[in-house]
Amino acid sequence: MKICITAQGPAPDSPVEERFGRAPYFVMVDTKTGELVAVKNPFADGAGGVGPKAAGLVAEHKAGALISGPVGGNAQEVLSAAGIARYSSQGCATVKDALDAFVKNSLEKNGD
Amino acid sequence: MKLAVASGKGGTGKTMVAANLAAVLAGTEPVTLVDCDAEAPNLHLFFPAVSTSRDVTLPVPVINRELCTMCGKCAEFCQYGALTALADRLLFFPELCHSCGGCMLICPDHAISEEKKRIGSVTLATPARQLRLITGRLDIGGSQVVPVIRAAKEAAGPGGNIIYDCAPGTSCPVVETLEGCDACILVTESTPSGLHDLRLAFNVTAKLGVPAGVVINRSDGNDQPVLDFCVEQDLDVLLIIPFDREIAAIQCGGHLLAREQPAWEKSFLALWQKCRALTGRQAP
Repeated sequence: MKICITAQGPAPDSPVEERFGRAPYFVMVDTKTGELVAVKNPFADGAGGVGPKAAGLVAEHKAGALISGPVGGNAQEVLSAAGIARYSSQGCATVKDALDAFVKNSLEKNGD
Repeated sequence: MKLAVASGKGGTGKTMVAANLAAVLAGTEPVTLVDCDAEAPNLHLFFPAVSTSRDVTLPVPVINRELCTMCGKCAEFCQYGALTALADRLLFFPELCHSCGGCMLICPDHAISEEKKRIGSVTLATPARQLRLITGRLDIGGSQVVPVIRAAKEAAGPGGNIIYDCAPGTSCPVVETLEGCDACILVTESTPSGLHDLRLAFNVTAKLGVPAGVVINRSDGNDQPVLDFCVEQDLDVLLIIPFDREIAAIQCGGHLLAREQPAWEKSFLALWQKCRALTGRQAP
């Protein structure tokens, strides 16, 4: 499946980013093929309403799961409506760490 | 005269000055007092009275799901993230909507119409024969305070003596309140942060072209930095209120200084006259 990891940079060794709406990059990974596509966040400097926009972008990329830090109420509503599961990125230093942890099923799933 | 009471730093004593000015003035002529600190109005605490309220509303979109083709153009247009288009549904977040009406215009299927959403209220009271109190109040959790202030100002009407109690600070709510005013009292305290924020507030009144004067509240007698600033900027110091436990007690009890210590009545009347002079107006 395709997953999205919030990151500070576009590479597998880039540090994970705690924030969602203003994360510098959304790194999309296909867990089956390992293909990695880094999407620069166009809303990173937004004044407001970035949560729903970012969630919409993740949905547009057809990700089934999001790995990040805490997420605001509006973003959560969009993610839930889109059926995107949320996982905590806590303990993951880099994008690759998050991917490995997800595949090993060792990430904490966040409720909605 | 339309007089605003602003400050810069919060807690300097705007409400005290506005309340006492209005109470004292109402003894001689009709005056309307408008609480434009719509996020935390408090003038009504000094003037308990029977009141009537009405809603302040903003238009928000209503999407006709039958006509909506999920093209996503409205979500793409919305600058505020209030509309999100997913593959199978459109989500709307009313608290992010800025009522620009753009989504309604851009929808190619005419699937969007408007409905009114309540954001706050305007309350009217007559605490004394010649005193009207109008309170703008933003509903808790709301973010659009400027339309509530606008509605409160509109309820006050265009003419007569009006005193507007501003929100603290220098951003949109204060600018909205200051617009159209003939003069502004900048209430400060003689502390470094008071002076710092007084500079910012004076910057705003100057940019808006509203003549201003300064009231130094809670003065401990060491006002030199503020006094120097006023001389430097050619600002009149209209009144100095001392740092006094008794005055604080009166204020905190929700009472009016000019009533509890009648000598202050003259001071506030004089303050009003000095504000008139600021506008270059003559006596009526």
